[in-house]
Amino acid sequence: MYHIISMRDFSRDEIDLILNKAKQLEPIAKGKKSDLLLGKILATLFFEPSTRTRLSFETAMKRLGGEVIDLGALEVSSVAKGETLADTIRVVANYADAIVLRHPREGAARMAAEYSRVPIINAGDGAGHHPTQTLLDLYTIMRESSLSGLRIALVGDLKYGRTVHSLAYALSLYHADMTLVSPKQLEMPDVIKKDLKKQGAVIRETTKLEDVMGDIDVLYITRIQKERFPDPAEYLKVAGSYRVTEELIKKASDSLIIMHPLPRMDEIAPAVDRTKYARYFEQSFYGVPVRMALLVMAMETT
Amino acid sequence: MIEKEMRVRRIEHGTVIDHITAGQALNVLRILGISGTTNAVVSVAMNVPSEVMGSKDIVKVEDRELEEEEVDRISLIAPNATINIIRDFKVIEKYLVDLPERLEGVVKCANPNCISNTNEPVTSKFTVNKKPIELRCIYCDLVISEGIAEHLI
Repeated sequence: MYHIISMRDFSRDEIDLILNKAKQLEPIAKGKKSDLLLGKILATLFFEPSTRTRLSFETAMKRLGGEVIDLGALEVSSVAKGETLADTIRVVANYADAIVLRHPREGAARMAAEYSRVPIINAGDGAGHHPTQTLLDLYTIMRESSLSGLRIALVGDLKYGRTVHSLAYALSLYHADMTLVSPKQLEMPDVIKKDLKKQGAVIRETTKLEDVMGDIDVLYITRIQKERFPDPAEYLKVAGSYRVTEELIKKASDSLIIMHPLPRMDEIAPAVDRTKYARYFEQSFYGVPVRMALLVMAMETT
Repeated sequence: MIEKEMRVRRIEHGTVIDHITAGQALNVLRILGISGTTNAVVSVAMNVPSEVMGSKDIVKVEDRELEEEEVDRISLIAPNATINIIRDFKVIEKYLVDLPERLEGVVKCANPNCISNTNEPVTSKFTVNKKPIELRCIYCDLVISEGIAEHLI
């Protein structure tokens, strides 16, 4: 069964297969009619708010000719009555051909896969995995820059931001040259760096973004998430540490692209949107073909 | 072993756990469920000089042979331990503990937000890296490498 739980489950060949499939499906993501998943039903179970992930899954399914069902308001569903996730999954698996799951607990998707007779696609589990985000990030790099010989700077909260961890892990499979840019308090944990080096990644660390601007192909900046800080004073100390401005990108190499998973706060000045470097809105579009590829791969075998 | 050098007398039936990492004997007892309120006849030697290990702990438990699961747990905190099964004062079997590649229901995940720490019907599962000992939760990916004894279920 084709579950999509964690980037760690994928080899580079398997990732390439998904990315190539997404490329094939891109015309459909842009509106070309398709009935590839006609008659199939996708259940979206979101136990945590999310707009863009849920919307892009729904769009992906509908563009492929399939149908979508969801939980409705959580307050009136059986979840509010205290049903376990394991039970919800076993019930919903009888109604749908695949399940997209977002849950506040880390590891929820892995457990769901143990109980499901249909494919589970993890759309984020707590501070844990979010593999479809990583795949769309890789796809954006493939389409707008290049995954081979890649030099990338990962910027922002590298300590708590675990989507960055899973992106860094995937990039290590492509032997990317990675520069980690973060305030001292938000450095990437040692256990993860050790893991990346084991995969053969080249890693540098700095606190100064301006120093690396001329030597990178991709600038990947993330929001520093307020909710991750136990102490608001600690958050204020590092909030706004990095800001991509017109001034900063004067130092950029010509082929640089700037990515951001969105939503942004003030990490990227609006003026940068109009420059040739900005790719974050393209990036959000690429979520559709990538999720299409995953839906097709998950459901064509069931 | 020469009789006069022995710190505790030989046992007739039971198990001798030797070459325990120095300082871990009490954790071994905990794994075996032995406390002040149990009736088991137990001898414990701690920080005994050892040619191979520098110093080591030894635990002798009378009239008991260990379950595989107990040996798995011991291997986590004392990876060099040897298990000697004694019958009629003779060692009838001697083997090294061996860390399994996967642990189920042995260690509790240290991440309070992990799905394995909820009321869901799920047993904790870890993959094991042997050198150095690192346990990775298959659910949340948390890695436990220190203080493993504190996480034993």
